[in-house]
Amino acid sequence: MTRRQRRRLMLVSLVMLGAGTAAALSLTALEDNLLFFQSPSQVRGVGADPAEVGQRFRLGGLVAGGTVRRMDDGLTVRFVVTDTAHDVPVVFSGVLPDLFREGQGVVADGHLRPDGVFEAEDILARHDETYMPPEVAEALRAAGEGPLADAPPPAYGARSQDP
Amino acid sequence: MIPELGHFALVLATVLAIIQSVVPLVGAAAGRAAWMAVGAPAAFGQLIALTVAFAALTWAYVASDFSVLNVLQNSHSAKPMLFKVAGVWGNHEGSMLLWVLVLALFGAGVAAAGRGMPMTLRARVVAFQGWVGLGFLTFILATSNPFLRVDPPPLDGLDLNPLLQDPALALHPPFLYLGYVGFSTAFSFALAALVEGRLDAAWARWARPWVLAAWAALTVGIALGSWWAYYELGWGGWWFWDPVENASLLPWLTGTALLHCVAVVEKREALKTWTVLLAIVTFGLSLLGTFLVRSGVLTSVHAFAVDPDRGIFILVLLVLAVGGALALYAWRAPRLSSGGGFAPVSREGAVVINNLLLCTAAATVLIGTLYPLVLEALDAGRVSVGPPYYNATFVPLAAPLIALVAMGPLLAWRRGDAAAALTRLWAAGALALVGVAVVAVWQADGPPLALLGIGLGFWAVGGALVEWAERVRLFRVPLADSLRRAGNLPRAAWGMTLAHAGLGIAALAMTGASVYVQERLVVLEVGQAVEIADYRLTFAGVAPAVGPNYQAERATLDVTTLDGDAVTVLQPERRWYPVAQMGTAEAAIRSSGFADLFATLGEQADDGRWTIRVRHNPLVSWIWIGSGLMALGGVVSLADRRAWRTLRRRVRPPAAAGLPA
Repeated sequence: MTRRQRRRLMLVSLVMLGAGTAAALSLTALEDNLLFFQSPSQVRGVGADPAEVGQRFRLGGLVAGGTVRRMDDGLTVRFVVTDTAHDVPVVFSGVLPDLFREGQGVVADGHLRPDGVFEAEDILARHDETYMPPEVAEALRAAGEGPLADAPPPAYGARSQDP
Repeated sequence: MIPELGHFALVLATVLAIIQSVVPLVGAAAGRAAWMAVGAPAAFGQLIALTVAFAALTWAYVASDFSVLNVLQNSHSAKPMLFKVAGVWGNHEGSMLLWVLVLALFGAGVAAAGRGMPMTLRARVVAFQGWVGLGFLTFILATSNPFLRVDPPPLDGLDLNPLLQDPALALHPPFLYLGYVGFSTAFSFALAALVEGRLDAAWARWARPWVLAAWAALTVGIALGSWWAYYELGWGGWWFWDPVENASLLPWLTGTALLHCVAVVEKREALKTWTVLLAIVTFGLSLLGTFLVRSGVLTSVHAFAVDPDRGIFILVLLVLAVGGALALYAWRAPRLSSGGGFAPVSREGAVVINNLLLCTAAATVLIGTLYPLVLEALDAGRVSVGPPYYNATFVPLAAPLIALVAMGPLLAWRRGDAAAALTRLWAAGALALVGVAVVAVWQADGPPLALLGIGLGFWAVGGALVEWAERVRLFRVPLADSLRRAGNLPRAAWGMTLAHAGLGIAALAMTGASVYVQERLVVLEVGQAVEIADYRLTFAGVAPAVGPNYQAERATLDVTTLDGDAVTVLQPERRWYPVAQMGTAEAAIRSSGFADLFATLGEQADDGRWTIRVRHNPLVSWIWIGSGLMALGGVVSLADRRAWRTLRRRVRPPAAAGLPA
C-alpha cells in the first residue's frame, strides 16, 4: 500500500466511523424517544393497538363540550378528549395554551394512569381559530365524523409547557 | 395600478431570469464573449425588476390596499406601521417574493464583484444563479402570486397573526433568507467549477466571501428566531428541536463545514471535490428547509401559512436542483485534480474531523426531522420525535467538536504537532478548570455532567484567546509590539478568534440555561408572593390595558430580594387581538446579565386567583451574545482586505495566486 492509499483508507474508515456512530446514536435514540399519536378510539382498545398504562404517547381529539373543570388548587384541570366515538378523561396541571377551548382540537403529551385517566404533561393547541391538527382531523375521520375532517390546513399551535 | 406594476415587474424578472440562465451558459460553451457578457446586465435587470415588485407590494401594505388579496389576508388598517411593513414578508406569498429578491441581490452581487474572475467562470456562476431564480419565480407566478386582486374590496383586513407582530420576528425572515439564499452562490460556484473542470485557490477566494456572508446572516437569523421564541411564545424555552428550527439548523451545520473547507481550498488546494459536494448539499438543505416550512408536511409551531400543492412544486424544484447538481458532480468531479496531501494530524486533518462531526450531527438532525414523515408516508403510524432524541444524538457529537475547536487553529498546515498544540493550550485548560470550579460553587445542586459542557465552553473560549495571543506573541515581546502585531493581524484571523470564542460562549450558555433553569407554577391572590432563586415576587393585581390593535390584562409583580430590597417590577400580559380573534401571552423579562427572571400570566380561576408562571433562567442571554459574536466573526472576516483585493483585481493568471499559508 502506498502512503496515498493508506491515507485514503484512513479517511474512509474515519467517515465510516462517523456514519456508524451517527446511525447507532440515532437508532437507539429513536427507539427510546418516539412519541406515537393515538386517538381516543385507539386508547380504548377499539383500534389496532391499545395504549399501555405508563407508556408515553400523544393523545389527540376534540375537547368535549362542558367537561373542562378546574380543581380547587387552581392549577389542575380535568377535561375529556373525544373523537366522537370514544372518550378519554384527561388531567393536566399547568398553564393551558391561549386558545384551549371546549369543542376545539387538542393534542396532549403524556401517559395513561392505571385508573384509565390520561395524565398530560404538555398540551399543544393551535394558534389560530380555524386550525385543526392533522392528526386530530384524521382521527375524527377514522371515527366517522366527516365534515370536521375537512378543516382548513394547519397553522400550528402553542405548547403549554417547555418540553 | 401599483400592484399591477408589481405583477408586471415580476413577469419581467422571470423573462430576464430565462435570459440570464441560458445565454451566458451557451456563450461559455461556445466561447462567445458577447453572449457571456449578457449575464451581468440580465442579473442587474432582474434585481431592479424584483425591487420594483417588492416595493409595489410594500406600498400595498403601507397604504392598506385591501383590494389586494394578500394584504387583505395579512394586514389591518390599525396595525402599527412597522408591522405593516414587516407583514409584507410575514406571509407565504410575500416571503417568497423576498426569497427571490434576496436571490437576485446575490446574483447581481456575484455579477458585479466578479469582474476579475475568468470570463467563463463568471458567466457560468451568474447563469446558475439565474436557474435557481427562474425556478422560484415560476413557483411564485404559478402558485403564490402576491398581487392577486379581490373584487369588491372589503373595508378592512384580517390582520397578521399577532405572534408575528414583533420586532425580532420582523427581522428574522430576512436574515434567514439571506443565509438560505446566500448559499445559492456557493451552489452556483460549485456547479460552475464542475462545468469548468477546474477548481483552484483563486476559485476559493472568489467563493469564500459569499459563503461567509450567507453563514453570518444565517447565524443571525437563527439567533433572532430563537430569541423570539424565548420571549414571545411565552414558555421560556429558547430551542425546541421543532422541525422548522431544525430546517434552519441543517444548512447552518453543513454551511459551517463548507466555510472551513473553502478556507482549506484557498490555502492548500486540498479537499476540493468534498468542498463542491458540501456546497451542493448545503444549498440542497436550504431548499429542503424552504420545502418543509412552505409545504405544511410538518406539524410545527412555525407552519403559519401552508398549502400542500405548493409543497409538491418546491419538492420538484428540490429534486431537480439537487438531483441535477449531484448528477453533474458524479460526471465531472473526477476531473478535478486532487490537491495537496496532508498528514492526519494537521490543520487540514482538523478540518476533516470538524467536517465529519458537523455532517454527522446534521445527519442525526435530518433523521429526527424526516423520520416521522417517512413513517407516516409508509402508513406506519403517526409519531413525533422530541428533544430527548436530539439530546441523545446531537449533544454527544457537539461535545468533541467544541473540544477540538480550541486545538485546530494551533496545528500547522500539512503536518502538525498535537502534543505541542496541547502544551500551548495550558492556559485554556486552566481557564476551563477555574470556570468549572466557579460554576460548581454557584450552582452546587446541578448535575455533574453539566460541568462537562461548562468546561468545554470555557476551554473553547480559552483556546480562541490562546491562539490570538500566540499570533501577537503576547507576553513574549514588549506589549507595544504585541499591540502593533494585533493591529496588523488579517481580519480573517480576528474573525476566526471571534467566531470560535462565540461558539464557546454559546455552548457554555446553552448548557447553563438548559440545566440550571428553575420554574415555579403558582396560583396567587393579590398580595401573595412566590419565591424563586434569590427573589420574591409579590402579586400586586391585574389591570386592563389597551394597545393599538389589542386589549390586554396586565399583571403587576413587585420583585424584591429575599431581604425585601426592591429590584424591579414585572408586568406580564395576556393580550387579545379582536381582529385576528387570537390571544397571546406576553412574558415579562428582567435580565441581570447573568440570569433572566421570566414571568408569564395564565388564566384566572373561578375564585378570582390568577395562574402565574415564573422562571429563573441563568446565562440565557449569553446564548445570543455568543451567537452574535460568531456572526460578528463572519462579518469581520468578510471585511478582510485580502478578500476585497481579490474581488477588485482584474484578470490574472491563477498560478500567481498562491498565498503564504
